[in-house]
Amino acid sequence: MTYLRATTLDQAFAALAAGPVAVIAGGTDWFPQSAEVLTGLPMLDVTRLPGFAGITRHGGDWRIGAATTWGQIAAADLPPGFDGLRQAALQVGSRQIQNAGTIAGNLCNASPAADGMPPLLTLGARVELVSARGRRVLDLADFVLAPRKTARAADELVSALWIADPGDRVAGFAKLGARRYLVISIAMVAVSLTVDRGRIRDARVAVGACSPVARRLVDWEAALEGLAPGPLPPPDLSGLAPLTDIRASGAYRLEAVCEMLTRLVTDLTRKGAL
Amino acid sequence: MIKFVLNGVKVTADPAPGERLSQTLRESLGAREVKVGCNAGDCGACTVLVGGLAVCACLMATQQAEGQRVETVKGLLGDPLGQRLVASFQTHQAAQCGICTPGMMVAAVALLRETPAPSEAQVQDGLGGVLCRCTGYRKIIDAVRGAGVAVAPGGVGTAMARLDGLPKVTGTEAFGDDVAPAGALVVKVIRAPHPRAAFRFGDLSALPEGLTVLTAADVPGRNAFGVIPAFVDQPVFAETEARFRGEAVAAVVGEAEVIARFDPATFPVIWTPLPAVLTVPEALAKDAPLLHQDRAGNVMCRGRVKRGDAAAALAACDLVVEGHFQTGFVEHAYIEPEAGFAQVVGGRLEIHACTQAPVMDLDAMAEILAMDRRQIRIVPTAVGGGFGSKLDISVQPYVALAALKTGKPCRITYTRTESMQSTTKRHPSAIHLKIGATAKGRITAMQFQGDFNTGAYASWGPTVANRVPVHASGPYAIPNYLAETRAIHTHCPPSGAFRGFGVPQSAVAQESLFDELADRLGIDPLEFRLINALHNGDPTVCGQVFTQGVGITACLQALRPAYARAKAEVAAFNAQSPLRRGVGVASGWYGCGNTSLPNPSTIRAGLRADGSIVLHQGAMDIGQGANTVISQIFATALAAPVECVIRISPDTDLSPDAGKTSASRQTFVTGNAARLAGEALRAAITTRLNVAPDAALTFLPGEVRSGDRTLDLTALPKDRFGYALSTEQTYDPPTRPLDHDGQGTPYAQFGYAAHLAVVEIDLKLGLIRPLQFTAAHDVGRAINPLLVEGQVQGGIAQGLGMALMEDYIPGRTENLHDYLIPTIGDLPPIETLIIEEPDAHGPYGAKGLGEHVLIPTAPAILNAIRHATGVAIRRLPVTPARLRDALKEAGHE
Repeated sequence: MTYLRATTLDQAFAALAAGPVAVIAGGTDWFPQSAEVLTGLPMLDVTRLPGFAGITRHGGDWRIGAATTWGQIAAADLPPGFDGLRQAALQVGSRQIQNAGTIAGNLCNASPAADGMPPLLTLGARVELVSARGRRVLDLADFVLAPRKTARAADELVSALWIADPGDRVAGFAKLGARRYLVISIAMVAVSLTVDRGRIRDARVAVGACSPVARRLVDWEAALEGLAPGPLPPPDLSGLAPLTDIRASGAYRLEAVCEMLTRLVTDLTRKGAL
Repeated sequence: MIKFVLNGVKVTADPAPGERLSQTLRESLGAREVKVGCNAGDCGACTVLVGGLAVCACLMATQQAEGQRVETVKGLLGDPLGQRLVASFQTHQAAQCGICTPGMMVAAVALLRETPAPSEAQVQDGLGGVLCRCTGYRKIIDAVRGAGVAVAPGGVGTAMARLDGLPKVTGTEAFGDDVAPAGALVVKVIRAPHPRAAFRFGDLSALPEGLTVLTAADVPGRNAFGVIPAFVDQPVFAETEARFRGEAVAAVVGEAEVIARFDPATFPVIWTPLPAVLTVPEALAKDAPLLHQDRAGNVMCRGRVKRGDAAAALAACDLVVEGHFQTGFVEHAYIEPEAGFAQVVGGRLEIHACTQAPVMDLDAMAEILAMDRRQIRIVPTAVGGGFGSKLDISVQPYVALAALKTGKPCRITYTRTESMQSTTKRHPSAIHLKIGATAKGRITAMQFQGDFNTGAYASWGPTVANRVPVHASGPYAIPNYLAETRAIHTHCPPSGAFRGFGVPQSAVAQESLFDELADRLGIDPLEFRLINALHNGDPTVCGQVFTQGVGITACLQALRPAYARAKAEVAAFNAQSPLRRGVGVASGWYGCGNTSLPNPSTIRAGLRADGSIVLHQGAMDIGQGANTVISQIFATALAAPVECVIRISPDTDLSPDAGKTSASRQTFVTGNAARLAGEALRAAITTRLNVAPDAALTFLPGEVRSGDRTLDLTALPKDRFGYALSTEQTYDPPTRPLDHDGQGTPYAQFGYAAHLAVVEIDLKLGLIRPLQFTAAHDVGRAINPLLVEGQVQGGIAQGLGMALMEDYIPGRTENLHDYLIPTIGDLPPIETLIIEEPDAHGPYGAKGLGEHVLIPTAPAILNAIRHATGVAIRRLPVTPARLRDALKEAGHE
C-alpha cells in the first residue's frame, strides 16, 4: 500500500496506469466510507497537482480547480450569479469539512445528496477530465451517472469545472435538514434566473436528494419563462423519484421541494428585479 | 518520513500510507489532547488547525500535513487568544465532561483570529462542526463571546469555576483512550452481524500469527453480567446464539499494527440467522421466540402502583381524555466512546476505563473472573460523558481477560459504531394513558399502561419498569391512580439507564394529555397545573406524604411572568406572519436515589501531619460537577477554604464507595456523606482544641489554630489511613419498601421542575425551531448555581434532541451522521430560574438535579407545537415529515 502525493500529472497518470487506486482529495468522504481497516488500495492524492486548486477567470468562463475546497469557494470573489454555489459551500457539513472537502470530490463521490450538485447544475457547469490520453469536457449531467457512479474512466482524473460567467443572473440555494449543522439533506433546491423588465427569463432549476442523481426540472423551467411576479405554476416534479428513508418520506420530500422552489423563485424574482 | 511543525516544534513521523492525522498525532507524537469521537468528521472532537484552518484530524491523511503548521489545543495555549479562551471557558463552565472541549477551543481560536468580536450566529457557524452532549452549548457561546462574569472559589451557594476544569480546557485531562502505556496490546471484539443468529467458530488456529483469541471458554468465572443481582443475564461472550446485532462472540488480541491490519469480517464464525423479534408487538406474539427461557412471553418484569380506584373514578368524572404515545430508542451519544486498558501489577489486576460506577465494575469483574475482589483495582479515567450508559460494564471484561491471558497491558477503544451497537439505550415506549377531571379542573383519576422495549438483556430495565409507575403521575395530587408497566425483551440492544430511567417517556404522555384536558375545560394550561400541583401534606400516588420540600408550585409560579410575556409576543407575531409560534409548559419530578433500596455513600477525609486537608471523593464526576459540589459541601461543613482541599479521585484502592453516579443521587447522598465527614473532622479538631464546635479554624502548615489555641498535627500519631486526623462517614437515604400496590416510601426526596418552551413552526415544511426555554428548577439549595445552569442547559439539549431528531434504529443509524443530536445551532437561549425549597434530608437543603431536567423538555415542546398549530403529536421524534403529515391530517394547507 502506498500514498502518493503527486505533484505532476505524469506521476498521477503513471499511478493510475499501474492498477486500481483510490483517488483522494479532501478525504472528507473517503475516510468515513473506508472501513476501519485500510482498503489496501494504493492512494493517489491529487491536491498538489498543478492547476487542481484555485479559481481563475478565462474570458467568459470561470475555471474552478478540482481540488478547490468549499471554504475557498465560499471566500472567493465571485459574481452574484454564484450565490447559490456560495450558499451551498457554507452549508456543507461544518467549517472543518468545508476547509478540507473539495468541489470535485463532492461530485466524484456521487452521492444523491451531494450539496454541490444542484447549484452547479443551475450554473451549467462542465467537468474537465484529464488522462494520459488527453483532455475531455463533459456536461455535469453527463458526468454523474448514478449513485456512486460517474463517467470518469479508471485512467482519468477530474481536473476542473468550467462555468460560463453567469452575467446578471441571480441565484440561490436552500437545504432542508433536521438540524442546523452537520446534516445530510432531506432535500435541496437551487435556482438561477434572470429578470428582464419584471419577467423571469432563462430559469434553471435543480433539485437534490430526491432522485438517484440531482437533476434539472426542465419542464418547470420552461413554464417559468416570461412569467411576471405573482403566483407561480406548481413545480412539475415528474422527473423526481425521492426515497422514503430515515430522514423523511418520499411524499414529504416532494411536497417540501414544491414549497422550497416556490419560495426560492419568488425570492430571486424579487431580488432580480431590484 | 513525514515532517511537519506541531505546535511550533518540528516533528517527524512514519505513518502508514493514508494513516489518519489524528492517529499519528495521538499514537506517534503523543498529542493525546486530540480527542477522537467518531472517526468520520461527525463530531469534531479531533479538530486541529492545519495551516491555520480548522479541520478534522480524523479525515486527513498524515501525508497531507507534510510541511504544514499543525496546531492542537496545547499549542494554542501560548496564543493570547487561547489563553483568553481558557480563562473564559473556566469562568463560564463551558466544559462539562471535557471530551469535546479541545475541539471547541481549537475551532474557537480559528474563529477569533478571523472575527475578534463574533456575533452569536458567527460563533455558531464557527463551532457548528463540534458536537457537545453535556453543556447545551449556551455557555460555550457565552465563553467564546467573552460575556463578562466573575467567579471566585467558595463554599455552598457559590458559583465557582469547576475545581477540575483546567485540565479539561487545556487538553491534559486523561480519558479512557488516553491512558494505556505505550506498546500495549490492542483488543478487538468480534460482533454478531445479525439481530439473532446461532453460530459456531471455524478453524481458530488459522488466524494470522500473533493474535490471541478470547471466547466464552476463556471466562474463568460466571459468563454473565448485569446491574441488578436477580437479573444478571448478559454474557461477556455469547456462547451459541447471539441475541442482538453487535453482541460480542469473541475477541482478538495483538500488537497494534497487527490488529490495525486485521479485518474482523475474516474471523472464522459460521452464522445461522434465526427469526428475530424487534418490536414489543412481535415479542408478545403467541409464537414469538423466547429471548430467555425463564421469562415467559418475553416479559422480563412488571411494575405497578395503585392508589384508590382509578376505573371507578374515571367512570364518574366530568371529562376523560386518553391517548396512545410512542417513543423510540435514544442513544446516549456521549462523544467519548468506551475505552480503557487493563494490566497485571504485582499479581493484581488493574482496570483503567471510563465508568460511572467503579465499585459496581469491581463487583461484576470479580464474578466474571472468579477472582477475589481484593485482587482487582478499578481506576476510573475521566469520563467523556455517561448519561447512564457507562453504569454498565462494556470494555472492562475484554481488556481484563486479554491482560490475564497475555500477561501484558491490553487496551481497547470502541469504534463509534461498536459503541452505538453494543451499549445500552433509552427504552422505546408505547404508553396508553387515560386521565379524568372534574369540570372545575381537578384531576380525579389516571390510568397508565406502558410497555417498554428492554432489548435482549435486563440491564436497568427493571428499574425503568419500577420507576415509571411511581413517577407517571407527574408532580400532582391524583387520588385515584393505576399505573402498570412491562419490560419486554426483543432482539435489540439492551435498553438500560438513560437520564430519567423511563420518566421522560411517561412525562411526554402525561403532560401532553394535561394540555388537552386544560384546553377542553377552558382552563389555562399553566393554571391547570397549579390547580393540581402536589403540595406539602398531599399524599403522592405512592401514599408518601412530604410535610416539607414540595417545590412544584413554586416552579410553576416562577414561570408566570415569562409565560405571560411569551403568550403576548406569540400572539402579536402570529397576527403578521405565515409562520406560527406557540408557547408550551410542562412539569416534572424525580425521586433522588435508588427506589426503596439501600443506597449508601461513604466519604473519607483527613488532615495530614503537614496540615493538608484531603478529601477522598469517590463519586464519579462524569461532567455533572461532583468533584466541585462534593468539595464545596465538605469545605463548608469543615469551614475550610475550598481551594485548600486536596481531592483524591475515585479509585477502588484509594476512595471508599460513594455509589454510582446515577439517579441524581450524588449531590444528595454523597453530598450528605461529605457534609457528615466535614462535620466529623471539624468536631475532631474542635474537641482537641477544646473550643466551641462552630469556632473559626485556621488551617496552617502542620497545625490548626483557633484563636490562641493550636493543634500540632505533627505531634499526632498516624491513624490507620496515615492521617493525623481522619474520618469516614456514610449516608444512606431513609426509604421504605413499596407494597404490592406500590405504596410506601420510595425516595427520601424529590426534585421538581417546570419548563416553558417557545417554538416557531414553518407550517409548509413542518420545521420546528425552538426560540426560547425558561426552566424553573427546585434544587432545594443550589450548591453551585453555575453547575445548576450547566445541568439545566445540557438536559434541555438532550430533551430537545429526543423531541425533535433522535431515533436510534439498530442496523441503520449506528453513526453520528444518521443518528442526529443537536448542534450548537439548534439550542436557543435558555433562562434558568433556580428555586430553593429546602429539603430536610438534603445537604444544606439540596436536592438532586441531573435527570430532572430533560423530563419536562420534550412535552413542553410538544405543547408549544400544539399551541402554535392545534396539532397534538404523540410520537417522537417530531421530524419535519411527521409534523407535516400531522398538520395536513388536521386540515392545514
